[in-house]
Amino acid sequence: MRPFEYARPQTEGEALDLLNDHDANTAVLAGGTDLVALLQSDLQAPERVVDIKQIESMQGVTADEDGILIGALTTLEEIAESPLLADYRSLGDVVDGVRAIQIQQMGTIGGDLCHLPNCWFYRNGYGLLALENGESLVADGDNRYHAIVGNQGPAKFVSAARFAPALIAWGADVKVIGPEPDASEWLPLEHFFVTPKVESQGISVLKPGQLISHVRLPAAANRISSTYEVLQMDGLDWPLATAAVTIDLDGSVVREASIVMGHVAPMPWVAHEAAQSLIGHAIDEVSATRAGEFAVAGATPLRDNAYKVQLAKTAVKRAVLAAAEMLEGGL
Amino acid sequence: MAERKVAWKARKDNSLIGSDITRIDGIEKASGHAKYAADINTAGTLFARLLTFKGGAAVVKTVDTADAEKTPGVRAVHVFNGPGKEVRWDGTIVAAVAADTPEQAEDGVRAIKVTYETKPHWVDEEDLAGATKAMRTKPLGDNQKGEVDAALKAAKHVHTGYYGIATISHMCLETHGSHCEWNGEDKLNVHLSTQNVSGTGGQFAGPLGLDASNVSITCNYIGGGFGSKFAADEWGLACAQLSKKAGKPVRLMLDRATELKIGGTRPSGFAKVTIAADAEGNITVWDSHHWGTSGIAGSTIALGQLPYCFDGIPNRNRKATGISTNTGPNRAWRAPPHPQLCAVTDTVIDDLAAKMGADSYDIFLKNLDKTKKPDVYAEEMKIGAKLIDWKAKWHAHGKGGGGAQKRGLGMALHQWGGRAGATTCTVKVHPDGAVETFLGSQDLGTGTRTVIAITLAETFGLGVADVKVNLGNNSYPKANPSGGSITVGGVTGPHRRAGLEALWKIYDLVAAKYKVAADSLSAKGGKILSAGKAVCTWKQACGLLGAMPLEVQGQGPKADGLTSQGVGGIQMADVTVDIETGIVKINELVAVQDCGLIIDELTARSQVYGGLIMGIAYALSEERVMDNRTGRFINADLENYKLPRIGDIGELKVHMYQPDSEYERGVVGLGEPPVISTGAAISNAVANATGVRVPVQPLTPQRVLEALKGGQA
Amino acid sequence: MQDRNDQKRNGPDFSRRDFLKGSAAAATATAVATQGPEEAAAANLKTNVFAATAQNVTLNVNGKNHTVKVEPRVTLLHVLRNTLNLTGCKEVDERSADGADTVMIDGKAVLAGSRLAIECEGKKIRTVESLRQGNKVDEVVSGFVKHDAMQCGFCTPGFVVATRVFLDKNPKASLGDIQKGLGGNICRCGTYQGITSCALEISKGGK
Repeated sequence: MRPFEYARPQTEGEALDLLNDHDANTAVLAGGTDLVALLQSDLQAPERVVDIKQIESMQGVTADEDGILIGALTTLEEIAESPLLADYRSLGDVVDGVRAIQIQQMGTIGGDLCHLPNCWFYRNGYGLLALENGESLVADGDNRYHAIVGNQGPAKFVSAARFAPALIAWGADVKVIGPEPDASEWLPLEHFFVTPKVESQGISVLKPGQLISHVRLPAAANRISSTYEVLQMDGLDWPLATAAVTIDLDGSVVREASIVMGHVAPMPWVAHEAAQSLIGHAIDEVSATRAGEFAVAGATPLRDNAYKVQLAKTAVKRAVLAAAEMLEGGL
Repeated sequence: MAERKVAWKARKDNSLIGSDITRIDGIEKASGHAKYAADINTAGTLFARLLTFKGGAAVVKTVDTADAEKTPGVRAVHVFNGPGKEVRWDGTIVAAVAADTPEQAEDGVRAIKVTYETKPHWVDEEDLAGATKAMRTKPLGDNQKGEVDAALKAAKHVHTGYYGIATISHMCLETHGSHCEWNGEDKLNVHLSTQNVSGTGGQFAGPLGLDASNVSITCNYIGGGFGSKFAADEWGLACAQLSKKAGKPVRLMLDRATELKIGGTRPSGFAKVTIAADAEGNITVWDSHHWGTSGIAGSTIALGQLPYCFDGIPNRNRKATGISTNTGPNRAWRAPPHPQLCAVTDTVIDDLAAKMGADSYDIFLKNLDKTKKPDVYAEEMKIGAKLIDWKAKWHAHGKGGGGAQKRGLGMALHQWGGRAGATTCTVKVHPDGAVETFLGSQDLGTGTRTVIAITLAETFGLGVADVKVNLGNNSYPKANPSGGSITVGGVTGPHRRAGLEALWKIYDLVAAKYKVAADSLSAKGGKILSAGKAVCTWKQACGLLGAMPLEVQGQGPKADGLTSQGVGGIQMADVTVDIETGIVKINELVAVQDCGLIIDELTARSQVYGGLIMGIAYALSEERVMDNRTGRFINADLENYKLPRIGDIGELKVHMYQPDSEYERGVVGLGEPPVISTGAAISNAVANATGVRVPVQPLTPQRVLEALKGGQA
Repeated sequence: MQDRNDQKRNGPDFSRRDFLKGSAAAATATAVATQGPEEAAAANLKTNVFAATAQNVTLNVNGKNHTVKVEPRVTLLHVLRNTLNLTGCKEVDERSADGADTVMIDGKAVLAGSRLAIECEGKKIRTVESLRQGNKVDEVVSGFVKHDAMQCGFCTPGFVVATRVFLDKNPKASLGDIQKGLGGNICRCGTYQGITSCALEISKGGK
């Protein structure tokens, strides 16, 4: 790690003030499960690390008339245990998939949404786009874990955010604050992520000196949901493909549905046609399978990762079935 | 007087040997008080960090350390590979920096400027055609036995398939490294993470121009070795040199990525095999061509050991080709190279059974006559089948059920040597009854201290806690390096011998003092008994020694029956394969393992559990991923180098096969055999579940789904 | 060909600057780094900002306060191991994906390699060493010994701490709970069987 200043703000405003010094060459520290590794490997070298863990207003889960407000510093453990989130099963599914008490107790939802890719080219210092003389190292290299959709541009990594598919499927909004101390904006989480065309774009709309302060979920309103992560290992591991669904049922027939895939594209991948295909049908093996097929219809796998198309398709099918408590078995 | 004969006690007379005894250093380890080389912090210790080459191959053009030398906190810089040196694989160390803090050492590393001239590289070890085209292959021999062509014509069943197993890293949790501290100009104290306490002093002394007697090696605990930690290594010498230059102690441990890249790998093995059998399933033909890599040296697994265990197959062709790759060199990995041999033998036999529509168990059983231990294997298979309920669970290959989750059974078998290593020890019995021993051995996790304490305690009729075991220093009597499963046999034989010699001397003193016949004496429960009645306490007996302790040297191995060699073992797997995700889960693994006389059942079982779990690792998830384009070992971190966790192991059932015939053989090593056949057993279970052979281990979702897509093997 | 680590350092916070600017910034950081805390104060750093230079940090470890002088970039793991000589927590992987560096902070299981020491001021830190006081040994430590849940022992202390925290939180953990909760730790020797047995015995099989 290179030397950096350390700051410990108590309020959101103070945090923004501290983040915007040094031309905003600063980094936000929450649970530390990603940032410290990035600092260790010199993938980030901020002049100041701003530890936001003491900011009260960004902690915990509260309810208001519009839904649920989750502070960005809420830990995975708190999400799993919050009675206010009991009706949002797809979030609990994500926590359940993070098989480590350490990460559950340290990791925060804000940190998850900002987690940088686990792409091995990125982690080995080749950059997010892994371009060498304009050519993609990923396209020509070992890309078994890389994107199968949304990968036609230079970005071929997969988004690491594990909560994003479930949150987007619920229609969550995210509050971005800064860079000015009083600036804040709510935007749909779906619009938070970007697929970078150039290296400097990063993985989200966050500009230097900004951070996520809160996530808002609409009222669950009897909708059902599920996240299905294809995890090779039973312990701490990155999913090979994920699907999250939120479904509004009219009796046994789907009235509205939202399906979002994870770990298949540089950003969470909203599968509109797949969701659409469910509407007007009862949830069963047939409709769930069809949704899976729609979800990967436009897939453009790379040399080594055609198998992920099958995984994504299966994840969608199983997430749909699991939401309706109809999933049996499955590894 | 009755003949005093060196032997183990009759089995029924043991109080300790063969029961479950917890480790004598267990609390030290579990409470974090055990000190490993990586934990040594003597006053003023500096910390070293490494600059490594990140690419496939290059020549170093320039190395500029001027800024590093000026970096605050930096005390010494050492260049491993200066201008003109070739760096031939990812992770090659170029330079090291020692500084007051690890962070300052990193600053120093960042301040070094290196330029390279890139050279072409080749890192693909599976692509034989490509490697041939790239002129990276070399023939490593071929040989024939019998009449393969004629036998193939006469055969009723013939199967040809492709099989393989990827390169893995030793991945010791404590990386390779040491803490070096000079005592004056010519004396060096090294805390070394080593499997070879007695044999590494000279490796420091020679290159450093020291008298070997002036190099002290200490290793009280070692955080994993698995065959990769026998040497001082260039980074060990560099640590000593940095320390000398800085005039302060230095701790240099490899970082994780470098550990994975250069700390040792198990070579890969890929093979095209034809096997044939007569109508009854007797295997008549083996015809194989195998290839793989050991790194730049371009070796592969030995030609002479295929087909593994089934050496008696009458007609045989075999051929080996090595591939030279720009990858970190191999080192001995737990049972070299048996896991690879088993992975390309027992899978083939299983596919033959599938082709015949036979129960794999029956085909293995039928061909045991071609192995060295048919009776033992047959007995072990019977026990294993009962434990896993083979007959009830068995179904034909590919009939693993109707849904997405298919269940299957597989088995495999293995062999190993496990002779006792050459070890000496000094056993001291003090006049106050205290017992201690000294030897330059090490505890890799085997429980070396514990088995020695049990051996002496059993001999003297004491408790395990009454024995103090001093090991881990090269000033102690020389002991074998711990590799090849030779340690438990290596250390217990000499201790039994020395213990008996000491005991007999004490008996003579007791006999004289208490006027009893020496050959009527026995030692039990802290007392010396004559014909079953207490004569005196152990302490009183030792008091007869006078002022000086009794010191006896133990040696081994000797042909007196305390130790032996040659073990077998069988393993069976029950797995579920999700054919929609390609994920394989272990339901149950059964291991039936023989290893002669078992000193400590608890730690012996632990070795087998450990073998099974390491087997699950290489069978299902871990592998070195070399990226062709960049030449990099691209997954050299623990998020991408996938190892099983606590939830990945299913139910493990271990049966230590120890009928009296095994007990009578004496002690045989156990560390390596249980890791050998796990991969093949799991692969066979997957083939049984799905009807498709996934040719290459580890059986990742990618490989499983690709194989399923390709259909029948 | 340059050393690749120097080629690209990316991320949302860093990557929006071109690399030259990043280098200039790094040079500034070095300038700050050469100041002592007094100079830093004189340079009017904002409240709650600690300079990049060595700072006095007071850590409460195993019930005792220790004041150490460390730069903000130093991890808790390094302070515990290298400064306080509490070496039960191990450094295994720079990404802390292995759990060997697990300690307890305010009762939670924390990867000490993913925490800066300066972050931990005012917290109650407990290391594995606290689970043995003379002859008094925590049941998780003695359970690991009883079930031989160790071989080389290098992962063991981190596993012990994770297990202690996990069982404090889930005193009636089932086998499935244990497998999910303790998936953050890696053992290379393969001692998971013993660890499972130990945890199950303490949780009385989840009943």
